Amino acid sequence: MTYSDLITLLPLIFLIVWACALLLVDLFIPKGRKGWTAWLAAVGLAAAMGLTILYAGQQRFAFSGMVVLDGFSSFLDVLFLATGLLGITLAYGYLKRMGIERGEYYALLLFSVTGMMLMAQAANLIVIFLALELLSIPLYVLAAFARPRLDSEEAGLKYFLLGAYSTGFVVYGIALVFGATGTTQLSEIVSAAAGTGSGPAVSLPLLGVGAALILVGFGFKVAAVPFHMWTPDVYQGAPTPVTGFMAVGAKAAGFAALLRIFVTALPALNGNLVPVLWGLAALTMLVGNLLAISQTNIKRMLAYSSIAHAGYILMALTAYGKVPRDAVASALFYLVTYAVTSFGTWAVVIALEKAEGKGLEITDYAGLGRKRPLLAAAMTIFMLSLTGMPPTLGLVGKFYLFRTAIQGGFIGLAIIGVLTSLISAYYYLRVVVTMYMREGEPESTREPWLDFTWSLSALATVILSFLPMALFAWASGAVLKLF
Amino acid sequence: MDFITNPLNIVIFFPLVGVLVLLFLPAGKKGLLRWTALATTLVTFCLSIWMLVQFRAAEAVAPGDLHLTLTLPWVQVAGWNISYALGVDGLSILLVLLTTFLTPIAVLSTWTAVEERVKDFMLFFLLLEVGMLGVFMAQDLFLFYIFWEFTLVPMYFLIGIWGGPRRIYAAIKFFLYTMAGSILMLLAILWLGVHQGTFSVPDLMTKGGIDPHTQLWLFIAFAAAFAIKVPMWPLHSWLPDAHVEAPTAGSIILAGVLLKMGTYGFLRFNIPLFPQAAVQAAPWMALLAVIGIIYGAAVSYAQKDIKKLVAYSSVSHLGFVMLGLFALNAQGVEGGILQMINHGLSTGALFLLVGMVYEQTHTREFSVYGGLWKIMPVFGAFMLIVSLSSMGLPGLNGFVGEFTILLGAFGSKAIGSPWFAGVAALGVIMAAVYILYMFQKIFLGPEGSIVEEVKKHGHALRDLNAREIITTVPLLVFIFWIGLYPKPFFDLMAPAVTKLLAGVIH
Repeated sequence: MTYSDLITLLPLIFLIVWACALLLVDLFIPKGRKGWTAWLAAVGLAAAMGLTILYAGQQRFAFSGMVVLDGFSSFLDVLFLATGLLGITLAYGYLKRMGIERGEYYALLLFSVTGMMLMAQAANLIVIFLALELLSIPLYVLAAFARPRLDSEEAGLKYFLLGAYSTGFVVYGIALVFGATGTTQLSEIVSAAAGTGSGPAVSLPLLGVGAALILVGFGFKVAAVPFHMWTPDVYQGAPTPVTGFMAVGAKAAGFAALLRIFVTALPALNGNLVPVLWGLAALTMLVGNLLAISQTNIKRMLAYSSIAHAGYILMALTAYGKVPRDAVASALFYLVTYAVTSFGTWAVVIALEKAEGKGLEITDYAGLGRKRPLLAAAMTIFMLSLTGMPPTLGLVGKFYLFRTAIQGGFIGLAIIGVLTSLISAYYYLRVVVTMYMREGEPESTREPWLDFTWSLSALATVILSFLPMALFAWASGAVLKLF
Repeated sequence: MDFITNPLNIVIFFPLVGVLVLLFLPAGKKGLLRWTALATTLVTFCLSIWMLVQFRAAEAVAPGDLHLTLTLPWVQVAGWNISYALGVDGLSILLVLLTTFLTPIAVLSTWTAVEERVKDFMLFFLLLEVGMLGVFMAQDLFLFYIFWEFTLVPMYFLIGIWGGPRRIYAAIKFFLYTMAGSILMLLAILWLGVHQGTFSVPDLMTKGGIDPHTQLWLFIAFAAAFAIKVPMWPLHSWLPDAHVEAPTAGSIILAGVLLKMGTYGFLRFNIPLFPQAAVQAAPWMALLAVIGIIYGAAVSYAQKDIKKLVAYSSVSHLGFVMLGLFALNAQGVEGGILQMINHGLSTGALFLLVGMVYEQTHTREFSVYGGLWKIMPVFGAFMLIVSLSSMGLPGLNGFVGEFTILLGAFGSKAIGSPWFAGVAALGVIMAAVYILYMFQKIFLGPEGSIVEEVKKHGHALRDLNAREIITTVPLLVFIFWIGLYPKPFFDLMAPAVTKLLAGVIH
């Protein structure tokens, strides 16, 4: 391992060492004091974020080109670390309140974040597979973290089984791509596929099938239709902070892999893949939004909403052949948009959630506008942002995605996108209607870190919508290192 | 620095100052909250007058241009070319003045009508004013879209929280309907941004060069947003629900200003940006407008609810505006603009007056009314003037607008046939029918059962009080002013109309 190798992966290495240490240290932290573990985990994440920002802007390869550090990975690493931090602020009071305060939560969270970071930095299919496992396995455990609550155990098992199944697709896809090109290195795949490599001619059908299988595998991870079946059950059953972490982190990691593989390694396949991606995006937007309408449980509704948002990002991905730069930038921008809004939403959900899974029906929100005006105002902002209304970041994010689709010439897909946004307005507004226009006596929790999370998210959602310049510049600068 | 000192920006964002003050006032002090909101809107009105003075000075130098402009780079990264661009011409300034004029009146109308959650009500109301002013001043499509969509949010709350029994249904319907049109416009805006490289409205006007086929599609996408807002037949079905359920102040603003955003959009964007498509579409738009005129009038006559009657009459009146705009000649368009103002004044006044009697009776069914002339003479007189203005009696504002529109439409080359104007003229007669029917049902004949009904609750029907008279009189002044001497209004808009129609070649 050279010095350059070390620098390239430094934040990640630091974090994984920290996580291992945390696992040990946690043993010596007394039972009622697991808050210390949370603080230690947060310090680790913050330090890793500092390191990431320190090395942002560099372009490096490491470990014989299997791992890369570029604008894309720096952008996503910061997003993943922030996701981890917010996963902690959500859980800090929740775990205690629900009687499931165990130190492993924080260690597992750190491991999962490490996996996500590795995913963003991977430049080799085997490393991508490794990252996928590293991020997923802690998530399976986390989903079942509310043991012995049955629905949480069910969520964990379901996520595990379907996740393992989808990983199988990824591995098979990798094998076929290797069979077609003789390499797992993304940089060599691209030259092999373009016919400029040194090896023998590539079998395009084989490569295509391999790519499709990889798409299926990550389709599971990002919850794209028709690979979304697990999402509502797992989102509903998992402890809510885990759901929030998963909704943002796992989705972003899945898209990181898709963007990295398709944009850098498989531009040659664009023509063949466009119909597939088009259909996937259209179906995801339609099914996610249509099924969300009939939900009465807020966690299930948000699960379908998260499916729908994956569809919007897939819409941008469809245009990767024609405008790779904008496809990547708009997807990244939207992931941040979704992260900011989504964490705020989950914080509100946690504030209203009570033991035994009570307080999760949308009707439980009745009267919130009167009882907790600020909390309700924040929730309104999040709902508007998920719909894509001003003055929120959601509008800016959708602007960018739709522009990418139009630049790519996919007007039809963009029309499906806006029409499904209209459908989504209906169910997001229903939450607002319930909060402000129906009478009720909702019970909500006040916890400092929770209040911090939703107020920060709400402020960011509004302020960034007026001042999105820095975020735009950062996302558009975060282009992939093309080989 | 320009951002703070620009008169337009000051006018747009002054209501936000009121919002900030309101946020720190206790929710229980209703009087204080009301006075703060009223003071804010009155100052905003004064500021808009100050803006008018400056505008006229600038207009004397370069008539028809956008004045008092402010253009600041906003999002200029990642291939975006978005500016924070404001500006007013003769068209915008009239609608800005209409907005700042109607808002304090609407606030006054809530004085005793809104007792619940006064603070929230005033907050949403001031936010709504910010949105509306922004819509009329924005000269960048992205900025315009933000203001345009933003107006939905406070209005949605105003209807949904303070509305009538079916308020939730009406609020959601209003929101979804309007959004359905807006999102198609959003795609067209993005298309323009991608292919023309700018979102700036003046730049897009000079750039041109879009082929006629694409123009037509873009025209349709923009028209979807605006036609729903106007609303044009057959996209009007959200309007009666929204109006009937909205609180009085909401109805005044909805009829007075929000509907004008639709017609404004046609004139500001559809016609100058896609002139060829506009000429092509003119006969069809005229057809829809005429159907709207006749249909709105006929349905008005069949209503049992006063507010619903007024709501449908809006469909008919705005049909006139659309007919004038798509005459695509100076006369028609000027008449259309004047009629926008007229409709804001007369229909605003109608909703205001209906709200005043509703506050006492809590019903709007015609069947229980009758013989109020004797009990409420001042109210009756006001109502008579406003009704006559609404049906277009010579000497009052409605006549000037409708006459000019019909004149324009009659000789319009774009519409191509005088028949449209001919049939539309029938609408004027039909307006007389339903308006006089309404007046007769409320004020003439034997005393209606409502008089006894109110007495049962321990107090008799009273005539308008001083506050209510003060609220109404400014509207009446303008109704007479425009009716008797419309020249200053035409003078103000004429140069802008010439500019907007410059690209239209028949």
